[in-house]
Amino acid sequence: MAIPRFWREIPSRYNLVGSKCGNCGTLDFPPRLVCPRCGRRSMGKMERRKLAGRGTVVSYTIIHDAPKDFDMMKPYVLAIVEMEEGLRMTSQVIDVELGDIKIGMPVEVAFRKLGEEGEAGVIHYGYKFRPAR
Amino acid sequence: MKAGIVSYGGYVPRYRILPKEIGAVWGVDGEAMGKGLNIRAKSVPGPDEDVITMSVEAARAALKKAPHLDPKDIGAIYVGSESHPYAVKPSATIVAEAIEAAPIMTAADYEFACKAGTAAMQSTMGLTLSDMYRYGLAIGADTSQGAPGDALEYSASAGAAAFVIGKDHLIASIDQTISYTTDTPDFWRREGQAYPSHGGRFTGEPAYFKHVVSCANLLFKRAGTRPEDYDFAVFHQPNGKFPVRVGKMLGFTDKQMDTGLLVREIGNTYSGAIMVGLCAILDIAKPGNRIFAVGYGSGAGSDGFDITVTGGLEEIDRKAGRTMRSMVEDVKFLDYATYAKYRRKIRMREG
Repeated sequence: MAIPRFWREIPSRYNLVGSKCGNCGTLDFPPRLVCPRCGRRSMGKMERRKLAGRGTVVSYTIIHDAPKDFDMMKPYVLAIVEMEEGLRMTSQVIDVELGDIKIGMPVEVAFRKLGEEGEAGVIHYGYKFRPAR
Repeated sequence: MKAGIVSYGGYVPRYRILPKEIGAVWGVDGEAMGKGLNIRAKSVPGPDEDVITMSVEAARAALKKAPHLDPKDIGAIYVGSESHPYAVKPSATIVAEAIEAAPIMTAADYEFACKAGTAAMQSTMGLTLSDMYRYGLAIGADTSQGAPGDALEYSASAGAAAFVIGKDHLIASIDQTISYTTDTPDFWRREGQAYPSHGGRFTGEPAYFKHVVSCANLLFKRAGTRPEDYDFAVFHQPNGKFPVRVGKMLGFTDKQMDTGLLVREIGNTYSGAIMVGLCAILDIAKPGNRIFAVGYGSGAGSDGFDITVTGGLEEIDRKAGRTMRSMVEDVKFLDYATYAKYRRKIRMREG
């Protein structure tokens, strides 16, 4: 991933900063510049909104054939998480045994390494989820 | 006006490996090795964890306990570690963004073997006392490495702790601090080397014991106190043996040292070691309790702290987030092969 692209996404990847449409109130993550529902009526009304970082597993899958950055962790859990604020996001769930992951499980945000550009490149950090404690 | 601790947070990864498991690979009686070191298991960072992720977890834990704290009031973040993920690029800036303290603040990484975190505590004390800013965040964190088969492999572990230091809303005042520093080459890692080297038995008497005892005696003198004046004592814990021995030499009892002695269950977290011990003490301390803390970093130096818990401890929410005890007890044991994979001890194909 190009350095500027990841750098631009730091607020959402580190702190779950999404957007709220000032016209219809819909939350989006990652943040949008224009609300897809309201179109130009939302322009100039989009606000940044930080999510609380708590949610529930809506569905999940176990990844056995992983992309390179995640090879060390396979098999691992990838889940759709419904956040307290109502929107859904896809993320890895860590610190959970494969037999223990369940639909409906409460999860909380964790800060982890997402990948790195080889041995000498930039390291990317961001959110993952773990069982709420 | 005194400086002190405004909030605290610790983090320990959940993975562990037993000394028996390590010894079995190298043809050594690992169980006996563990008993000799007084270490039952050591923590291992997950493959997606490093000093930065653990520092962020510890810093967020500190902020969660004290909702009155506005991260924008943190004017400095110093991360002490000997295993910063980057040789050049600060860990502290990433922590600053991740807790939303950036950008109007200063940040830097510290290194002083196992005492870089306590050095950060002293720096932030001085800078808050001089009114350069309201709060400073001092972090000690490490994912320490021991060369495969080396005695250090049985103890080198992972953990982090973060202390918000300031002058108001104190949960514990730091009444005195003093350091004792000399040029003593007991343990080092040269630039570009994957594993540290050490002087074997030379790490004991002329290094750890000389510095900890000298610093502790200076601290007693400056504070005008004796061991029996303290409810808790915590020392740098490279293994479970040294801190107990040095505590006894100074006149402390097992009861005073037990709470902060996490090394027995998680190993040596290096820059995090004395600080996670302090976190475990603050988890159960009561207003009025006194804590005697002396860290140690190879190379070599000791930082001592005379701490008194204040009524402010009741004002923060210590139940917000996980206690050190719950993290120490949340365990998943690894076999050596998985540990070697997670710690990148296995040479992989490029690309």
